[in-house]
Amino acid sequence: MENKNWSFRVTGFRKLLILFVIIAAIASLYRFIYGLGSVTNMSDQWPWGLWIGFDLLCGIALAGGGFSTALIVHVLHKDKYLPVARAALLTSLLGYIIALVGLFLDIGRWYNFWRPFFYWGYHSVLFEVFWCIALYTTVQVLEFGDIFFEKVHCPSLKRILSATMPFWLIIGIVLPTLHQSSLGSLYIVAVNRLNPLWWSMIIPFFFVWSAFFLGPAMVTIEGTLAARTYGREPEQPVFSSLTKVTLWMMIIYFIVKIVDLNYRGVFSNAFDGSYESNMFLTEMIVFVLLPIFMYAVPGIRNKQWGVLTASILVVAGVVFNRMNVVFTGMAKSAGGHYFPTIWEFLITIGMWSALVLLYCFIVENFPILTKEEHVSHGSGLGSKTGIHA
Amino acid sequence: MASAKGVLVDITRCIDCESCVVACRLYNGLDADTKGGAKPRQTGKNELAPNRWTVVRDNHVQKDGKTVRRFVKQQCFHCVEPACASACFARAIQKTPEGPVVYNEKLCVGCRYCMIACPFGILRFEWDKPFPRVLKCQMCLSRVADNQMPACASVCPTRAIVFGEREQIVQEANKRIAAKPGLYINQVYGAKEAGGTSWLYISDVPFEQLGFKTNVPEKPIPEYTWQVLKWTPGIFIGWGALLTGMYWYNKRRATVHNEEELYAPVDKK
Repeated sequence: MENKNWSFRVTGFRKLLILFVIIAAIASLYRFIYGLGSVTNMSDQWPWGLWIGFDLLCGIALAGGGFSTALIVHVLHKDKYLPVARAALLTSLLGYIIALVGLFLDIGRWYNFWRPFFYWGYHSVLFEVFWCIALYTTVQVLEFGDIFFEKVHCPSLKRILSATMPFWLIIGIVLPTLHQSSLGSLYIVAVNRLNPLWWSMIIPFFFVWSAFFLGPAMVTIEGTLAARTYGREPEQPVFSSLTKVTLWMMIIYFIVKIVDLNYRGVFSNAFDGSYESNMFLTEMIVFVLLPIFMYAVPGIRNKQWGVLTASILVVAGVVFNRMNVVFTGMAKSAGGHYFPTIWEFLITIGMWSALVLLYCFIVENFPILTKEEHVSHGSGLGSKTGIHA
Repeated sequence: MASAKGVLVDITRCIDCESCVVACRLYNGLDADTKGGAKPRQTGKNELAPNRWTVVRDNHVQKDGKTVRRFVKQQCFHCVEPACASACFARAIQKTPEGPVVYNEKLCVGCRYCMIACPFGILRFEWDKPFPRVLKCQMCLSRVADNQMPACASVCPTRAIVFGEREQIVQEANKRIAAKPGLYINQVYGAKEAGGTSWLYISDVPFEQLGFKTNVPEKPIPEYTWQVLKWTPGIFIGWGALLTGMYWYNKRRATVHNEEELYAPVDKK
């Protein structure tokens, strides 16, 4: 690892991604000069739109792979999952950076972003979210620093980081547990606004639990994509084995949902035929029960297509759930409509394009993925997928 | 908190003259330009906007088989325990001992969580400004702190807006209802909603027909959040201790891997 050559191959697909990033940067500049109203469809009825609903809530949830993998690999010491640990950490770190950039675009008085560090509105859920995300992003940078210094030599820093790593690892699980749940708690305040199918005093449990069980599914998708892109063998046994975690957690998730609905006496709302109830049933059947079934059948979960399809359903399901909380469940009380403008979409696409580019750059320059022992003569596979060439 | 002020709006007395709207605009120096935020719903004459902190809304309702008009002055309710203030993570919205719930733009980050939190949907955002503010009625804090009534109340020609100590105002509302039980609906809106509000209403038609939100819980909304949030330090310490324990227990039994040997940059030929 002595060489310090940095490399980034620019391909056609990557040029397209770079174009998306540039468009998003220009649109963001416009937003900073002319205000949120000039580029978004947000309104007083819909103060939170695509950027908070998708980039922040989903971005952070999708980054859940980082803390669930850290818990499984480094605390429970399930070493067979070690091959995916660093990739999960990297995706998580990038997910948080995206969420923070998105948040910065979304807040109106961005030059005041530091105020909550000094004016403690501790009675606000957002206060906890703010502190946890700020600290956890720092912790992830430190965790990644341990990897960074394997390439960039700086022995003294590397030694300090390695010695203190157990502390960062544990803090790096506690903080996301808190703010993943708090992202759900944000909506407790909307007690008379969020549809009771989603509003619950235990919505923090649903948020943190789903962010956790989403982790293995995210690792599976991302691992498969990376394997295809770089013409490697997917870590198939690791993925199939990880499904057990998600399977049992999803079963518990489903049972708690039912019990919670019954306890609050709104179980029948799920079947009243309203738009909200149909969205809720879709969420439960297509994105919870179906993946549970697919993970439970060995003939499906041990196949590459099977574990991948089920994992995509799990990830899409968590996104669907967050969208239901932010949009579907709030629609009736908010009134009016909200649909993002093309600019809101373009800025979102630009941010996620930046994430893909950064991921590619980092895995090509830092030791993130496992060394290839059984290389599958790379050249052909990459172009086949279209993800990257 | 003994001197927390309150205001009673008697809907049966309002004649839609909009003196209160004009007084509000003049006292608070709000731009009369109707453009306001230029967002849907902020442009309508009778919609609250960043530059319209109070409006009088016209309702056509059925009463005794006839269609009648009732006018409802709308502004911030100034909750006794405001959800918006509890939602603000920068302390930009504060409940004052005098009663008004006021906004301090110096601390505001512009996250709009207060707008999600408000059970009445009152807050308005300056969508067109590069450095937007969240604006709403401030209940003329400097006047109220000086024991003067808010600007809007001071100009009401029919005395539909009554100002005083909140406790006295609630009593006054109940007294009026008791004096004319045939006229008023037996409910003081704001007495219990969201744990009580500083602005209270009495009416001769049911409140839900006048656009009032009737699903506002009687428990103060900040209490819901606090019920969950109070567990944070415990979870932090308990979960952290559990993880530390598991970490050391499992580490002793685990085999050591040299991570530097396991990973490598991907081959990018």
